[in-house]
Amino acid sequence: MSLVIRFKNFLDETGNIARFTARFFSVGIKPRYENKELFNQCYIIGYRSLPLVGLTAFIMGLVLTMQLRPSLVDYGVESQLPVMVGLAIVREIGPVITALIFAGKIGSSIGAELGSMKVTEQIDAMTVSGIKPFKYLVATRVLATTLMLPLLTILGDAISLFGAYLGVNIRSVTSFDLFFLQVFKSLDFSDVLPAIIKTLFFGFAVGIVGCYKGFNSTKGTQGVGISANSAVVLSSVMIFIIDLLAVQITELMGLN
Amino acid sequence: METEIKEPVIVIKDLVKAFGDKKVLDGFNLTVEKGSNVVILGKSGSGKSVLIKCIIGLLQSDSGSILVFKGNISQMNEDELDQARSKIGFLFQSNALYDSMTIRENLEFPLLRHWVDITKEEVERLVNEALENVDLLHTMDMMPSELSGGMLKRVALARTMILRPEVILYDEPTTGLDPVTSREIENLILKLQKKNHSSSIIISHDMNCVKNTADLVVLLLEGKCYTKGTYEELKQSTDENIKQFFE
Repeated sequence: MSLVIRFKNFLDETGNIARFTARFFSVGIKPRYENKELFNQCYIIGYRSLPLVGLTAFIMGLVLTMQLRPSLVDYGVESQLPVMVGLAIVREIGPVITALIFAGKIGSSIGAELGSMKVTEQIDAMTVSGIKPFKYLVATRVLATTLMLPLLTILGDAISLFGAYLGVNIRSVTSFDLFFLQVFKSLDFSDVLPAIIKTLFFGFAVGIVGCYKGFNSTKGTQGVGISANSAVVLSSVMIFIIDLLAVQITELMGLN
Repeated sequence: METEIKEPVIVIKDLVKAFGDKKVLDGFNLTVEKGSNVVILGKSGSGKSVLIKCIIGLLQSDSGSILVFKGNISQMNEDELDQARSKIGFLFQSNALYDSMTIRENLEFPLLRHWVDITKEEVERLVNEALENVDLLHTMDMMPSELSGGMLKRVALARTMILRPEVILYDEPTTGLDPVTSREIENLILKLQKKNHSSSIIISHDMNCVKNTADLVVLLLEGKCYTKGTYEELKQSTDENIKQFFE
């Protein structure tokens, strides 16, 4: 495929995602609200992602601490380990890693679920029954991902810090109280708030991309696989782009 | 001799639908009268499914008109379309049952959406009645993945009928089923049509289904209504384009 065609396809895709997003704001958030389905999706997306997010957050905190320690020992600032780990987890690593895990688990599952509904005509069946599939399937999932990712990130950060506490105690002895006192003393609202706000955008991106890919799935079962896969890839890229923008904005606002 | 004039429920005039350069429907005309079963016959890819998707508004036609109960489907906005769709049932070739829901939930879903004020008891009664009609009451709390192809088709038929549509569109209702199950589905179509006094358009390749269900057979060829008549009339035809379906 020539570079020109690829570029044209890229622009087409970008335009289509923008239209899909605009449709979410114009159709998806108007009444009648699908509250039951929204709570159901919050349960599926939030609660059922918790074990995976918790496990990866725990390992991340533990490994990060173990990897950072030798460098800090070299500079004679081992005592700053809780501060370093706390800042890294809360400001950057926690939100981004949680969002990436979330994109892998939820983005792919939304892409595959809606894709399979599309190719088996279940979405058409909803339409002919007078049900608005965009409102029922897309709006609820996008809202659920947007609301659940910040909560998962807060829980993930807490579990990650606990992992870091255990990591600190592998080679030395630090009390639970002292470790968390050091961590919280080093954190400001300007560290926590932007990090949580950006996860709202990460969640929105994962939901929109997953739904867009699933809703526009074609080519039968092969298309479902492609939808799931491209939902993960695109939402992961979107997470990094949003993160980059968030860092620039917080810097411009003097919050860094 | 007096001829009974029946009220038309669907009137299609000069319908055109193209995908890119390919005109799938090219000036198609059809009138479906109240209480009649019209079977659309045609080769694969001749535009039969496109036709019924245009009728229910899943596809937008390029030109021409589709009048369903005197309302033009092509000119309706979304709310008007929803209103019109409440009178039209659609049986998908793939059944299109919601695989994340039980059979009961599959049947309740359109009921609760369309009739917002319906009571729980009424929902229960209608679901029971719909499943009884297709002899599948015992599958109420099963998932679609637990049922056979024939059972799925019957549940899909029950779901299509639950809103008591006045017109039903069947997209190849017997494709992929064995002859015995096909016969059962044909009988169910006729039984439920009699019970609800509905009209239907049936897309089919299955000549047994055509023979058993059709009041009128329409041959769709090159996007147009090539010919129409009863099953017996078309069977007697010497036209090669018609004969090939009956051989």
